[in-house]
Amino acid sequence: MIRTPIYFDNNATTPTDPRVVEAMLPYFTERFGNAASRTHKLGWEAEAAVENARALLARAIGADPTEIVFTSGATESDNLALKGVAEAYAGKGSHLITAQTEHKAILDSCKHLEKRGFRVTYLKPRPDGLIDLEELADTITEQTLLVSIMHANNEIGVLQDVAAIGHLCHEQGVLFHTDASQSLGKVPIDVQKMQIDLASFTAHKLYGPKGIGALYVRRRDPQVRLAIQMDGGGHERGFRSGTLNVTGIVGFGKAAQICQEEMETERRRLTFLRDKLKNGLRSALSDVTINGHETQRLPGNLNLSFAGVESDSLMARLSDVALSSGSACNSGEVTPSYVLKAISLPDALALSAVRFGLGRFNTEEEVDYVIGRCVEAVNGLRELSPLGER
Amino acid sequence: MPYSEKVLAHVQNPHNVGGLDKSDPSVGTGGVGTPESGLMVKIQIKADPTTRRIVAARFKVFGCSAAIACGSLLTDRVQDRALDQARQIQSAQIAAELELSADRFYCAEQAIQALQAALRDWEEKQTHQACSATG
Repeated sequence: MIRTPIYFDNNATTPTDPRVVEAMLPYFTERFGNAASRTHKLGWEAEAAVENARALLARAIGADPTEIVFTSGATESDNLALKGVAEAYAGKGSHLITAQTEHKAILDSCKHLEKRGFRVTYLKPRPDGLIDLEELADTITEQTLLVSIMHANNEIGVLQDVAAIGHLCHEQGVLFHTDASQSLGKVPIDVQKMQIDLASFTAHKLYGPKGIGALYVRRRDPQVRLAIQMDGGGHERGFRSGTLNVTGIVGFGKAAQICQEEMETERRRLTFLRDKLKNGLRSALSDVTINGHETQRLPGNLNLSFAGVESDSLMARLSDVALSSGSACNSGEVTPSYVLKAISLPDALALSAVRFGLGRFNTEEEVDYVIGRCVEAVNGLRELSPLGER
Repeated sequence: MPYSEKVLAHVQNPHNVGGLDKSDPSVGTGGVGTPESGLMVKIQIKADPTTRRIVAARFKVFGCSAAIACGSLLTDRVQDRALDQARQIQSAQIAAELELSADRFYCAEQAIQALQAALRDWEEKQTHQACSATG
């Protein structure tokens, strides 16, 4: 028996794993101490729990625990990384490089820096969503301080070759930041092998709680300096003041640990389910376009355009399935997703795009059900569509 | 974005979907919008030239749920109506009946524009018919 609604929006957020909740619970009540309290056992317990979680997260990305700075989420981490680097190294250069397909937390931080005199290059990716490495190399100048390219895209799931980008940046003496919110726990990340200097994470994309994130900040080869964005009690080695969110941090650590332990089996399982969904829909329906690289993408992500069917109406028909699209509607104007525009998808197809985000708690039965429902809905809406008529 | 139950019911089960024979002199066709804008509405009506009453109405939409609901409800409303009555239907009535949020009013406006175009097309065809008959 299928239980509805079926949640296929795991790129937006994920349900908190019950094992994570269980690990967090004692820190709300019995072990409620402030991790900065040095004068009693409750404080020490909280601090020990935070350090344990820090070690778990560090291990998941091949970092040293002292390189992890806890934040409120990936948006804060992105802000701290970009503004922190730009302000700390302002005497050394004035140029940053990013991509048009980045998350708004990156793009809007860049706009903020542009207003303050920095120059930003927004690379246009290839139609498969990947950054052209030669173009990136050509864009780096003596003024370039930082390259920020996300690991996995939140809409189209495309995985950038961050190792190649990291090596390129280090050859040129430029810092490399990656927003790895979507990829942490889903595919391997190794900050050494990938030559990453800064990386943003958030727990709620990997079955952890909302409101807790982290920034990896490299301590050697090179040691990254950041201009502080949050003044206060000097928590997190001074990088981010504010009483630590102990329950959130404990949950984040546990979530990272589970993902790490189950990564290989889960990756295979989700790739199988994703491909089953893709093949099922494409064999039953004509004119279905895959947005983004077909294989170099997150295991659970599928972004499809169903020609002739506007995504909002498709999602409304599939009222028992939680999906999403990148388009937005503002008083008379439907704006297609900027990510899909950046990969040169025509507007009509961009407005027909739907994101399927599969995750840990989805089953093969659900995939079969969604294929059936989606085929029925697309066929129904195509009957209703004036597109293709003469 | 949240839609009213009425909109969702029309989306699940739209009324009067399809087309009428465009070459039929008693059929008027009206269309607005482009695929790039994310909204296309096509409305067709068939009216009896002697009674000047609409005997059938059909619609097609490429667009959001609100647009589909507008096409569905508007074609319901004009069915069995006199042409003059159909001409007087306002987008605000449709928007209110479907409880559309303000950012979706344009869907009702587009549907009304498509209907108006269909009514004009019908009248033009009648004039043309009359001219050919007398000429």
